[in-house]
Amino acid sequence: MNLGAILPHMILAAAAVLVLLALAIRRNHATAFALTALGFGVAFASLWLIGEQAPHLMQRLLVVDLFSLFVSGLVMLAGLGVAFLAYHYLAIRNENREEFYAMLLIAVLGAVVLAGANHFVTLFLGVEVLSVALYVMISYLHDNPRSLEAGIKYVVLAGASSAFLLFGLALIYTDSGTMDFTVLASRLELAHLPGLYVLVGLALVVAGVGFKLAVAPFHMWAADVYEGAPAPVTALIATVSKSAVVAVLVRFFVTIEGYRYGTVVLAMMILAVLSMLIGNLLALLQGNVKRILAYSSIAHLGYLLVGFLAGGQRGIEGVLVYLVAYTITTLGAFGVIGLLSGPTGERIELTDYRGLFWERPWVAAAFTAMLLSLAGIPLTAGFVGKFFVLTAGVGAAQWVPVIALVVGSALGIFYYTRIIATMFARGEGVTAAGTGEMPITGGLALTILTLALFAIGMYPTPLLNIVRTMVLYIP
Amino acid sequence: MILVWLIAIPIVGGLAAWTAGKAHEQASKWVALFTMVAEFALAVLLWVRYYQAATTSEAGVWLIQWAVPWIPAYGISVRLALDGMSLLLVVLTAFVGLLSVAVSWSGITRRVPFYFFNLLWILGGVVGVFLALDLFLFYVFWEMMLIPMYFLVGIWGHENRVYAAIKFFIFTQASGLLMLLAILGLAFAYDAQTGTFSFNYADLLEAQVSGAYGMWLMLGFFVAFAVKLPAFPFHPWLADAHTEAPTAGSVILAGLMLKTGAYGLIRFVVPLFPEAAVTFAPWAMTLGVIGILYGAVLALGQRDLKRLVAYTSVSHLGFVLMGIFAFNELALQGALLEMICHGLSTPALFIVVGILQEHLHTRDMERMGGLWASVPRMGGIAMFFAVASLGLPGLGNFIGEFFVLVGTFRVNAPAAVLGSLGLVGAAIYSLWIIQRAFHGEPRERWTLPDLNVRGMLVFAPMVVVLVWLGVYPQPVLQTTATTLRGIRDAVTGTVQYDPLNHRAVLPAEEAAVDTVAGEEGR
Repeated sequence: MNLGAILPHMILAAAAVLVLLALAIRRNHATAFALTALGFGVAFASLWLIGEQAPHLMQRLLVVDLFSLFVSGLVMLAGLGVAFLAYHYLAIRNENREEFYAMLLIAVLGAVVLAGANHFVTLFLGVEVLSVALYVMISYLHDNPRSLEAGIKYVVLAGASSAFLLFGLALIYTDSGTMDFTVLASRLELAHLPGLYVLVGLALVVAGVGFKLAVAPFHMWAADVYEGAPAPVTALIATVSKSAVVAVLVRFFVTIEGYRYGTVVLAMMILAVLSMLIGNLLALLQGNVKRILAYSSIAHLGYLLVGFLAGGQRGIEGVLVYLVAYTITTLGAFGVIGLLSGPTGERIELTDYRGLFWERPWVAAAFTAMLLSLAGIPLTAGFVGKFFVLTAGVGAAQWVPVIALVVGSALGIFYYTRIIATMFARGEGVTAAGTGEMPITGGLALTILTLALFAIGMYPTPLLNIVRTMVLYIP
Repeated sequence: MILVWLIAIPIVGGLAAWTAGKAHEQASKWVALFTMVAEFALAVLLWVRYYQAATTSEAGVWLIQWAVPWIPAYGISVRLALDGMSLLLVVLTAFVGLLSVAVSWSGITRRVPFYFFNLLWILGGVVGVFLALDLFLFYVFWEMMLIPMYFLVGIWGHENRVYAAIKFFIFTQASGLLMLLAILGLAFAYDAQTGTFSFNYADLLEAQVSGAYGMWLMLGFFVAFAVKLPAFPFHPWLADAHTEAPTAGSVILAGLMLKTGAYGLIRFVVPLFPEAAVTFAPWAMTLGVIGILYGAVLALGQRDLKRLVAYTSVSHLGFVLMGIFAFNELALQGALLEMICHGLSTPALFIVVGILQEHLHTRDMERMGGLWASVPRMGGIAMFFAVASLGLPGLGNFIGEFFVLVGTFRVNAPAAVLGSLGLVGAAIYSLWIIQRAFHGEPRERWTLPDLNVRGMLVFAPMVVVLVWLGVYPQPVLQTTATTLRGIRDAVTGTVQYDPLNHRAVLPAEEAAVDTVAGEEGR
């Protein structure tokens, strides 16, 4: 058995243990942060080491191919970003700070497992590792009732959705007798028509995955959890957790050639269209920036599914580019909220942002860039992602989701520009918390994210070339 | 490379103005002025240099071209090209840009550096729109000019600015997305026929899209351009945006942004989808006529002077829409001339309104009246541009509208007849402006300073150009003749890329008539 192939997993796990050991000896926020950053860095670097032996199958459980490496790299960088954004957020709070980083590493570990999952066992393992870490992180501010409430909501709903997922997987196993994606694909191939068990199983899997992705109509938890969770954790849920689940969904669906099952595709399309419409419509009604972004991220998963539905090389390419753009943008947007928060609360009401541009021009400019990217304005990463997804959709003649995407984007303009307009309003002093200095860690992360946003937006060719090579390696 | 400069000068100038403003607020004005002077000089230089070439070149031949790959995997490149029509519109952009810097000189007192940054970036985007010949790039510029305009209206506008800015943004963005969809549809149609994916204009001209598919794609483009134009029923954003924008914003909106819509119709809708455009022409002309009449009626109903001027644009651009879809050279020439002249006369009126508002703090015509006595010079200027707008013979607007009507009459007499009623409406509202604001008894005791020498200097070039175009429009007609002939040929089928060889759409005598414009000047 070649353990080298799971080097990144081991490094992440080791880093989590190290953080816990270090805090047992002496609590120190900076040490925990440094160990975490180091852990992510080394794990990221190790991707190149194991990249040489890709594609490689690890005991039929985990597959190491360029696709999994790419998604792993993405979630690790996102995790690193969250660590940078969280440092200041935790520093000004009166909590035990160090455990946060251990949880962060474990959450990313779960995501990395999902990225390479090729078996029901690893799929479920990844989902649970990720979710359990998130339970802790969402309710991390233990004296904040909203944070606790969000944590409990997430525990209940994520538990329920895991049950759906597990039951669905069990039904598929009942019919096919295998938990391995590849073997399952060949068994289904032989069967021609999928049995009732498989179809019901797939439906339950779709529901379970739908919960994790917060696509409508499984989106109920999203706004409350996003609002209540600490801003860096919200960023983590919105990026790492969703990227990993999307990756496993793509691998599962492509491997078993799910596109053959018209009903399943139709169901996914309904989810996509509903997400785009409901997400955007509900976002129109919100007066709270975190909730606006929560609903907008529901819509964004809908956009992403347009590429997924289109399938084929272009579709998967679109999904991956979209994931990168969405991760950068969402991290940045929630990062800004986190950086603006003070020791007692976060700046989450729209009115808190009044005149921000004149008060803190750089933060507001970065936030504006993020919002424009979410709105899909050219020269930002968000536009590039939307463009490729749209291209795939038009290419596959998926007119219904494509039109929904256009309608949804048009609706989206309203609430994104509303936030921007508020920031640029002739501001009379902002009274809310958190008008302090810009912390170095957060400022650095935000600068890099903004630069990446424009770099990808202006010249996406390098990213596209990387993504192209990835897509070819999907089985 | 010179085309890159045309776009880069305002973009870099905008960044420089912002940076310079950090050191000293006043510096950003001067940087902006210097930038636009350079841009204007370059544009005029190009016009002089390529005037001969533009008049003699073959249709479909570009005067200057420049291209580098951008996203090769999707056949996207940065492709810029210049022909007679875009050359003229770039000159207009530089001129109106210079004007917009001049009118912002003393009126803008808050956030000056950021203001000039936005102003110059809009201009950079507009120049990009006129030069881009890759449809992806075109879309990028199309959107790029919106964001700074959104800020310009939303930050420096009047009372209701945020509402107006968001409305403007949603209208243009939503319609732009439909265009993006149509661009993609076209690219895939080309891909299906040739096996290569491309966004190059020259390639996509070869794409044969017909039937319902072609019609849907054409409509995608049409809606985006009709919103910008604005054509009825896509005009509701216009009055709000124009009214709430700061003076320079209104100047750019009326002078340039609306022209990008007309440009898009001429450059993309007609040549890319000749068949669909011909089928759609009666509808487009109907929309044009409705725009002409409805715009005039709306203008007559306003008390707000700025809103009135805004609605006159709906009316005037209705002529442009009608002229474009008449598909003969005379009407196209008229449409282009109308674009240029409207791009000079309406901004001038907005500047007058802006000055009045700055001193009176109202735009309500009911509260004005009798201003001539205290500001005779401004009254004279307003009078001049009002009669230009009503289409007085001897001024450029007359030639434009006249050509459009004559050209349209040959293909669609009822539209021309109804459209000419718009001239009557124009006469009423134009004179009404003068009568209600400047003549009569003063209703309130206003004391306001008249135009000084600098003020007069701002208007002087526009007066000169409008008279020039009214008396001797030949240079403009000559510059654009080749381009417009190419557009006409795309429809009538004398150029190889036309799929309509057997569908005679226009009367056979058309070819003979089209030489009229050329002969007039000889």
